[in-house]
Amino acid sequence: MESLKEKMMHTALLLLTQKKVDVVLGFQRGTIPMMSQPILISHPEKVDQLHWDSFCSINLANYLPQRKDKIAIFAKGCDSRNIVLQIQENQIKREQLHIIGVPCQGMLDRRKVQAELNDRLLLGVRETSEHFHLLGEGFMDSLERSGYLQDNCAICSHRNAVIYDEALAEPVLEQEGVERYEDVKAIEAMTAHQRWSYFEKLLAPCIRCYACRNACPMCYCPVCFVDESTPQWLGKSIDPTDTMTFHFLRAYHLAGRCTDCGNCEQVCPMSIKMRQLTKKLEKDIIELYDYEAGLSLNQRPPLDTYRPDDPQDFIR
Amino acid sequence: MVDRVIKKTELADFVARLVEKYRVYAPVREQQTTNFREISTADQVDLSGANTTLSPKSLILPQSETMFEFSLDRTSEKAGILYEIELDPLPRLIFGIRPCDAKAFELLDLNFSTPSHQDPWWARRRQITTLVGLGCNTPCPTCFCTSVGCGPFATEGLDVLLIDLDKEFAIQGITEKGQRLLDDMDIKAEASATKKEAVSAQQSSSLQSIKSVVPTEGLQDHEVNALFNAEFWDKVQFACINCGVCTFVCPTCWCFDIQDEVLKNNGLRLRNWDSCMFPLFTLHGSGHNPRGQKLQRVRQRFMHKLKYFPDKYHNGVACVGCGRCVQQCPVNIDIRQVFLLMNNFKI
Amino acid sequence: MENPYLPFPVKIDSVITETEDRNLKTFKLVFLNSADGEKFVHQAGQFAELSIAGKGEIPIGIASSPTEHGHLLFTVNRVGVVTRALHQMTAGDVIGVRGPLGNWYPWEQMEGSNVVVIGGGFAFTTLRASIVYLLHPENRSRFGDITVIYGARSPGMLLYRDELVEWNERDDIQMHITVDATDDPNWKFDVGFVPTVTQEKAPSAKDSYAVVCGPPIMIKFTLPILKELGFPDERIIMSLEMRMKCGIGMCGRCNIGSEYVCKDGPVFSLAQLSGLPGEY
Repeated sequence: MESLKEKMMHTALLLLTQKKVDVVLGFQRGTIPMMSQPILISHPEKVDQLHWDSFCSINLANYLPQRKDKIAIFAKGCDSRNIVLQIQENQIKREQLHIIGVPCQGMLDRRKVQAELNDRLLLGVRETSEHFHLLGEGFMDSLERSGYLQDNCAICSHRNAVIYDEALAEPVLEQEGVERYEDVKAIEAMTAHQRWSYFEKLLAPCIRCYACRNACPMCYCPVCFVDESTPQWLGKSIDPTDTMTFHFLRAYHLAGRCTDCGNCEQVCPMSIKMRQLTKKLEKDIIELYDYEAGLSLNQRPPLDTYRPDDPQDFIR
Repeated sequence: MVDRVIKKTELADFVARLVEKYRVYAPVREQQTTNFREISTADQVDLSGANTTLSPKSLILPQSETMFEFSLDRTSEKAGILYEIELDPLPRLIFGIRPCDAKAFELLDLNFSTPSHQDPWWARRRQITTLVGLGCNTPCPTCFCTSVGCGPFATEGLDVLLIDLDKEFAIQGITEKGQRLLDDMDIKAEASATKKEAVSAQQSSSLQSIKSVVPTEGLQDHEVNALFNAEFWDKVQFACINCGVCTFVCPTCWCFDIQDEVLKNNGLRLRNWDSCMFPLFTLHGSGHNPRGQKLQRVRQRFMHKLKYFPDKYHNGVACVGCGRCVQQCPVNIDIRQVFLLMNNFKI
Repeated sequence: MENPYLPFPVKIDSVITETEDRNLKTFKLVFLNSADGEKFVHQAGQFAELSIAGKGEIPIGIASSPTEHGHLLFTVNRVGVVTRALHQMTAGDVIGVRGPLGNWYPWEQMEGSNVVVIGGGFAFTTLRASIVYLLHPENRSRFGDITVIYGARSPGMLLYRDELVEWNERDDIQMHITVDATDDPNWKFDVGFVPTVTQEKAPSAKDSYAVVCGPPIMIKFTLPILKELGFPDERIIMSLEMRMKCGIGMCGRCNIGSEYVCKDGPVFSLAQLSGLPGEY
């Protein structure tokens, strides 16, 4: 991991001194363990602020829409897929971007690690390829990465950038034979009634802070439907109907657009597992259209295309 | 002063007696979060964790509160007229509230109970709520309460303070309301119960474990416009994704919105938590928005807490150092660093 | 203590469409309970929250003067959910009024001085209240010269046209009515933007206060002219608009620095404002 970080600094330095880009979008070390902060670097002398570890999960594509400058961006597999989508949705132009592919071993879930700590004070985390080590006063725990990956990373099938101008390192092996939809299938198997109570319980803790929406690189509408006042689609209280409407509509709005980057779950202060909703739509889109979001600039998202010969056999 | 003691084995019984007289709210663990919920037995209570995920502010300022009710039935004389709704009059008790969260209520009193107006719901709930606090034996690494006029065993705002001494709680009745509660619950004051040494040992070990310190002494001397126009805001704001997590988990964020909701002919006027992080918060009908930019909103949140509020009320910053925003901000915008930037700002 | 969020029920007594685009209507409101009306004692410059059950509330400047008794006047621009609903309402409908709210133009401080009232567009409402107040026989002698500069886009967009004509005929008030442009050959008043007209008419700053209320663009260009004329910042009085909800300084959205426009304002002197962040 250390070497990736050094390569990042080196790459950023070159790009900025050669004036190939105006700014570099990456991460800096967080102020607390297991945290990092997106950072924009525009001066070559600042590149040593760049940082990389397994807690850089925030999707940097989030910071692209409507930018006007030339940007170098470090992109994990998921970030790169969101960049593809944003280019297709005219949020950013391909020629504005210098995409640096970062092979990703999966991000660690700070909440899973936190649970392991049992209120012991964590001072730092050191990483090796298969393991990571929790360092604190009077303890060092060595844990296997695979047990603490973010849920989305554990089932990720695109760990390498799908579009890039340069790669930071050799690609990592993609995970083979992952079952992506175990949880979705379980929900599909429920009766309508069971499913409804399941969703009610799933979403009950929601406090409507909209962190899931704001952290999503595909949520950039100038006015979100939850904020519309004429007409007002949604009440502003925490009535369960409104809360569920928000989550369901958000998920539908991401049909064929979600790359399962997992940002929504990572940022949720109430630890709600709302990816089950977006994954169901991801699965449907694959089954109906044989399409996975953000893999290629040449393939339009199925829900924004129109073909006169579309059989439309789903309308009866 | 600490002059009562209750054994941990007696806690269940104590809680049972409280539940008879009060609606009791206490930290309850719910999968990955811990929050204040109404409880009926002691075994629901989880006092082991540090700060709860959400602050207990919703117990005084609910996320959604019904202010008035009305009818839109035009055949009724009362159509279109708003009527008050009686508030649940049952006395409430918040058990295991941390000193920082209790201090937050005191700070919010400055906003909700002013010389010219009193917020009726806030004032009423404050009146009927008793705060039984729990001192912090193991403050989080993100706690910086001692820098902002609070502390792991501070009593401001509390009626009773419990101090965990391993096998028992030492108890300090703070207000008259608190003393009365303890008397009612038959927990007697005894000279032998002062536990002086054990209590002060715990207090100093807690104090020592708070390593996080922020400066505040320079804040009031800065000219407001100089701070407002400081260049550092651009850096502070970049990573912000404009979610409302910081404001929702914060014990001293109180901003709210007022909305009507109607079902058929019956309507309610509600007030709901709002957030200065949302552009809609300040959007004029004309489309003009004084805080349309992310930078303006991020700056507003910090300026409000660390400059505007202290300037207005002369009662310190509107931050109690609970560290929730530091832990929960998904992009690690750390208020402790903003304290530093603002306090040490030089033109 | 009374619930400061509870509106007084009022009945719409009459509705006047003020402007040719029909976007501005003046609502004359009468309290359902006369006791509420007695409690509602306001000063020119204050505002109130108009409440429509099911739609919400909207802060509107009180257009009637405290010297007019038995009713309240509000001139409302149709912009959002609440004002749209209000525009649909007619005489006899019941709404709510909550207030009076905020501070007012500093009448006591201005006593003995000349008053220059400068207004633009539909922000003339509390200025109407002020002029009626100033012209009231009990008050007129307490103030020096009264000059009014009022402009709108076109003749049809001026508010309170009958009263403007009436005031224009009096000799105890100097009226300068102007429009941005007009093709009306019978237009006998000024043509030009408010800042330009202010410059031309050059009201004396000696012993004078300027009370300014209008759209941001008008304010932006009028302030330098007032300064040029010699008005000190302390004597340039402005009324601000902000998105508001509670109206009593509690809900937190309408602040400019440490001041809440709803409670510490809406009236500020330019001197006060220049000490605050320019975020409005």
